[in-house]
Amino acid sequence: MANPVESEVSRRGVLVGGTATAMIGVLPSGQGQAQPASSDAVRQGFEVSFEVNGKPYSLQLDTRTTLLDALREHIHLTGSKKGCDHGQCGACTVIVNGVRINSCLTLAVMHQDDRITTIEGLGTPEQLHPMQAAFIKHDGYQCGYCTPGQICSAVAVLDEIKAGIPSHVSADLTSPPELTNVEMRERMSGNICRCGAYSNIAEAIAEAAGSKT
Amino acid sequence: MKFDTAAEANPIDRMRVVGRAHPRIDGPLKTTGRAAYAYEHHDVVTNPAYGVIVGSAIGKGRIARIDLTVAERAPGVIAVVTAENAGKLGKGKHNTAKLLGGPDIDHYHQAVAVVVATTFEQATAAAALVRVEYAQAEGRFDLDEALKTAPLAKDPNSPEKQGPPESRTGDFEQAFAQAPVKLDELYTTPDQSHSMMEPHASLAAWNGEELTIWTSNQMIDWGRTDLAITLGIPKENVRFVSPYVGGGFGCKLFLRSDAVMAALGAKAAGRPVKVALPRPFVPNSTTHRPATRQRIRIGATADGNILAIAHESGSGNLPDGQPETATNQTRLLYAGANRLTSMRLAVLDLPEGNAMRAPGEAPGLMALEIAMDELAEKLGMDPVELRVRNDTQVDPEKPERPFSERNLVGCLREGAERFGWQRRNSSPGAVRDGNWLVGMGMAVAFRNNMNIPSGARVRLGQDGRVTVETDMTDIGTGSYTIIAQTAAEMMGVDIENVLVRLGDSAFPISSGSGGQFGANSSTSGVYAACVKLREAVAQRLGFNSADATFTHGQVLGGNRSAKLIDAVRDGELVAEDKIEWGGLDKSYQQSTFGAHFVEAAVDGFTGEIRVRRMLAVCAAGRILNPLTARSQVIGAMTMGVGAALMEELAVDKRRGFFVNHDLAGYEVPVHADIPHQEVIFLDEADDKVSPMKAKGVAELGICGVAAAVANAVYNATGVRVRDYPVTLDKHLNSLPAVS
Repeated sequence: MANPVESEVSRRGVLVGGTATAMIGVLPSGQGQAQPASSDAVRQGFEVSFEVNGKPYSLQLDTRTTLLDALREHIHLTGSKKGCDHGQCGACTVIVNGVRINSCLTLAVMHQDDRITTIEGLGTPEQLHPMQAAFIKHDGYQCGYCTPGQICSAVAVLDEIKAGIPSHVSADLTSPPELTNVEMRERMSGNICRCGAYSNIAEAIAEAAGSKT
Repeated sequence: MKFDTAAEANPIDRMRVVGRAHPRIDGPLKTTGRAAYAYEHHDVVTNPAYGVIVGSAIGKGRIARIDLTVAERAPGVIAVVTAENAGKLGKGKHNTAKLLGGPDIDHYHQAVAVVVATTFEQATAAAALVRVEYAQAEGRFDLDEALKTAPLAKDPNSPEKQGPPESRTGDFEQAFAQAPVKLDELYTTPDQSHSMMEPHASLAAWNGEELTIWTSNQMIDWGRTDLAITLGIPKENVRFVSPYVGGGFGCKLFLRSDAVMAALGAKAAGRPVKVALPRPFVPNSTTHRPATRQRIRIGATADGNILAIAHESGSGNLPDGQPETATNQTRLLYAGANRLTSMRLAVLDLPEGNAMRAPGEAPGLMALEIAMDELAEKLGMDPVELRVRNDTQVDPEKPERPFSERNLVGCLREGAERFGWQRRNSSPGAVRDGNWLVGMGMAVAFRNNMNIPSGARVRLGQDGRVTVETDMTDIGTGSYTIIAQTAAEMMGVDIENVLVRLGDSAFPISSGSGGQFGANSSTSGVYAACVKLREAVAQRLGFNSADATFTHGQVLGGNRSAKLIDAVRDGELVAEDKIEWGGLDKSYQQSTFGAHFVEAAVDGFTGEIRVRRMLAVCAAGRILNPLTARSQVIGAMTMGVGAALMEELAVDKRRGFFVNHDLAGYEVPVHADIPHQEVIFLDEADDKVSPMKAKGVAELGICGVAAAVANAVYNATGVRVRDYPVTLDKHLNSLPAVS
């Protein structure tokens, strides 16, 4: 009986091989490795420059390196977290050119000349950003792993509302959205907190926004 | 210190620091991204290689052939470790399945190889080039089918572990047969995933024969012991470090493959290696809460007194696994002279089932507390009153054994009052708010208290600073903060003068974090060490330690006082002790109690369910820090909403795995799902449980929540769903007409 699992692995192998597929047919398997090796050298040496938390960085990166891994493994800014690596949890949220994104879903080499703000750039333990201070006051976190993403998202959400960008729950798309509890919960729903601090996070954001829930 | 008689008045009773809502002392690090989790120790290991695990693609069978030639030649690859070249491995005491599969495969996504390469990208690409040929075997993946022939299981929690697998009091069958009002229903709960935000991760570094592992684990000593057993090396050669843990909920109680494969990979590569489980590996490669099938029968008098109660539960697990103890609470929660509980355990070849937040009680109360709601309706009685009517102040199986403290009735009364329960319409499906059907539901929360031995070392430095060292972990529970509060209270210093160091096997062995035993056990260990340090201080300063008062950096006794810091003028003082537990839990049943109240709305056209309001009232001993304790409870309530409305690992019964194994497929509550939540703690200090007079709340908080939601949904719609999660497809066709 054919094994569908094995054939799936093989198919993935072909996809990973990419441009090397044509070679595989004509070369003995041992020599077939020359092609991936040289393409790997190209991958490793891609130069990219961007600004993180106001500081310029020039990196030589593998083209497959995500922005998240560039921050965590190459610049050693580990505040941005890897919770899923698939854009499902929001723990990796950073602010790029003023807009929040999932840094696991974007390659670092796509960010030439971009301005990136991570949790480390918002504030320090000695000098907290108002949103960070509000999270501490309202205990808007427990294990702390989703927290940097929540805070980066929350900071960006307030800017989005200020900029008049509507959401799924905005009743009226033409008038400016308001800082309501429902608006904030809708906009924050891409950031999962499995410890379940949502009720406290809502209060922290409301305080930082200067509004009432 | 042995705790074997009820606690007398002690310095904790002052509650100058303990019992106050102090913000987390680790907050500034966590909120600024400076707290370093397992994969993030760039400060101590500068140039690690990256390991990526290959998981089994079958649920049951064996590896016929594993071909590494392509993977080993892939760019950047340093080593590939499989069962063929890993050497002889043991199996940890706490593991059901071995952590490196091959040639035999015990479950889907069991690790079969780790590929170590210079970069993460290279390791990930090369891991996809490992060719595994499997010989698939017939597996047992269908719980309902397997339960048909499953034997009764012994209760692993029971003191009479060796006793009969059924627990019987009186004559259930006869009393049930004669009861004027009867309920007999089946309830099902699905497999659930912990899905903590940080997947398991480890960084391993060998120095000769000595291994240091930075990891993410709730139980330092269990992990260290099991890693040593697995690798076949002396425990003394392993240092196990876990200062920050990105959530656990039971999934990180045990050693998992990330730690083993990082250690093996580092050995093979000759350099430090770090390994994180990819998110899609978490449900199938680690542990989950097992599904249950529960039958509940209750017989009552017409005025609501329970005459007979039976709770039978079935679950499955790998060979040598444990049952999900869903009948735990039913042995203790309600009065009734005739009782029967039992569990069946089927052998399944699905991934390992194990403890998830309130193992046993969480799924058990999901069923029992719907059953009580149904019984109340049959009796025409208010659900709150039915619970009050059947309260018991003694262990119903052993009436000579009282509860140490039991204020369940207080929780029910206070909750009903605060929630506006009297406004509930007892006729289901009768309240409308536009297109929404609106209902209220409630359920009881119950979770036993457990005490675990716990040690700590306390140091009074010459700078006047108190340092606490214990291998206790903080998994979001607030351990750092409550331990600092305990030491500050005991030594009479400000909390700012206390430094807490956790999660390192170089420190005294603690209770660890689990079973909601961590807060009470670990602070009691710190209490014991502080008592010793106070004695040392008193001796140096010439006080009688029994009479001395420590306050505001001073030591007072008789009619004189001295500065605390004077005790260390000639050198720091260090004291170490541990708390051990006598038999008070045998003479007194020690448990925690609560009541959950929920208002839910159901869209009359689509069946969509929204939770509108939530309240929990808890009676759980002294609350060490109302801020962090409240967070534990709201977090548990949130997970309870998930259990009620969305969480379910879907089983592929043909191939034997959980299909929805990531955060896109396995849905957990998000911001939009959770309204403002209220929590009230009743004043209580339980002197039978510990010198801290505290119990835990982290698991109590989830107990009963799902049933309260399900009962609220029923009250809104009049459609009873007994098969969790309560998703809209299960009631859509039966909803009452909206207009």
